Amino acid sequence: MKKLNFKKLIALGLTAAAAVASFTACGTNATSGGSDGNTGSKVYRTLDEIKASGKINIGVFSDKNPFGYVDENGEYQGYDIYFANRLGKDLGVEINYVSTEAANRVEYLETGKVDIILANFTVTDERAEKVDFALPYMNVALGVVSPDSNVIKSLDNWKAEDKMIVISGTTAELYLTKNYPDIKLQKYDSYATAKSAIENGNGVAWANDNTEVLAFAKQNPGYTVGIDSLGSQDTIAPAVSKGNETLLNWINDEIKTLGKENFFHADYDATLASTYGADYKETLVVEGGEVKKS
Amino acid sequence: MQDLAVNLGIDVLFKGTNFIRLLGGLWTALWISLVSVAISIPLGIGMGVLMTKKNRILKAVLRVYLEFIRIMPQLVLLFIMFFGTTRAFGWDLSGEAASIIVFVLWGTAEMGDLVRGALISIPKHQYESSEALGLTNTQTYLYVIIPQTIRRLIPLSINLITRMIKTTSLILMIGVVEVLKVAQQIIEANRMTSPNGAFGVYLTVFLLYFIACWPISMLAKYLEKKWS
Repeated sequence: MKKLNFKKLIALGLTAAAAVASFTACGTNATSGGSDGNTGSKVYRTLDEIKASGKINIGVFSDKNPFGYVDENGEYQGYDIYFANRLGKDLGVEINYVSTEAANRVEYLETGKVDIILANFTVTDERAEKVDFALPYMNVALGVVSPDSNVIKSLDNWKAEDKMIVISGTTAELYLTKNYPDIKLQKYDSYATAKSAIENGNGVAWANDNTEVLAFAKQNPGYTVGIDSLGSQDTIAPAVSKGNETLLNWINDEIKTLGKENFFHADYDATLASTYGADYKETLVVEGGEVKKS
Repeated sequence: MQDLAVNLGIDVLFKGTNFIRLLGGLWTALWISLVSVAISIPLGIGMGVLMTKKNRILKAVLRVYLEFIRIMPQLVLLFIMFFGTTRAFGWDLSGEAASIIVFVLWGTAEMGDLVRGALISIPKHQYESSEALGLTNTQTYLYVIIPQTIRRLIPLSINLITRMIKTTSLILMIGVVEVLKVAQQIIEANRMTSPNGAFGVYLTVFLLYFIACWPISMLAKYLEKKWS
């Protein structure tokens, strides 16, 4: 039990839950003749149903500072929450925040236990098969941080003897292995060990999610993010249960309307600026759902 | 003193209502496990008595139930109860309700097995002597068997209670904000300002679990000594 990887255990749990569900669902369908198949399979609440109930359930992170976290007074805060609060206000409903984990976000939507997931949810094709993503409100990419004495601004003229620090299993490791096989990687298991490695000069630069390296450079004087958006540009977007069109359309319209008042820039100023500084606003923020191609 | 608090990373607990929130989390863990225990004990006793019956089908059914609950990791049971029942039957159980149901299913199975063990450990001559004294079946159980069984049972069932309290750390996976989740929230909210927070906060969580479980453990030890 101890040796069993926690993530695998979660996957096993969810698979078992799904298996039990599909097994019993088949049973009930057979007996009821599938007459109420349509209403039975609708797990989500439509926009009107949410408004009528006066309450919306939004799944957020409660421990991912500065995107979604709980402050010392027990209040939810962060970039995602700032947006969620606005959604609740414009819908005219009370918000019930549900604390989610990275591993169960999809499941929460598939079972309709929350109406929206606003938990730093990266849009991927695999997830898009199971949930419906609205327009994006943030960019994510990879970034490379290096000491001020030798700022790496491009990976094209990489010296053969130089090493790049990465954390094992991250997107950065996968991306570099695939696209820059010539760059020697110095791999570490945790954020803390990678951090001391760059400080000790075990590598010339450190590649990680750009939000992470930007925060690192901001907190540690003497380091600069030479490359702030590397690799495939991914986006972060709100997600709703598959097929919940009324809610999805409403969120999309809302994001477009909010773009007119530069809402997400204000959100950045209020929640992310203290971590990332003002310089990266345009790199990270997606306004009005329109991703600018760089 | 202030420096020590900062070095250990305990200072974050004094910010705002953090410590009260941590205690609130502990209370969530405790009431869920205590309600589960209160329901499991009578059900478990019933199950244990049924397990000693000669009926083969009944025995087999209970055996399968016990083994199923034992083999399944609690996390899997929690997922099945929380997400699985929504998919299958459209039930919208709250995280707390799903946790209590899983803990009752688990507690009943374990308790049932403990009761069965305690019952069969009562020597046969106790039953025979009761019969010889002219006691009815009910009287035998009420005055002879059950008092001896309870004596053997209490230390074991108290262990089950402390195990349950500790297992509540899994229910954060189904959205219940208990003591461990509050701890993670506090650590992460102060990631930039108090990098040592993890040590101090987890140390505090350890102490809270200890304070909750230790008296229960001591009670078990005391009763074991007193009745052995």
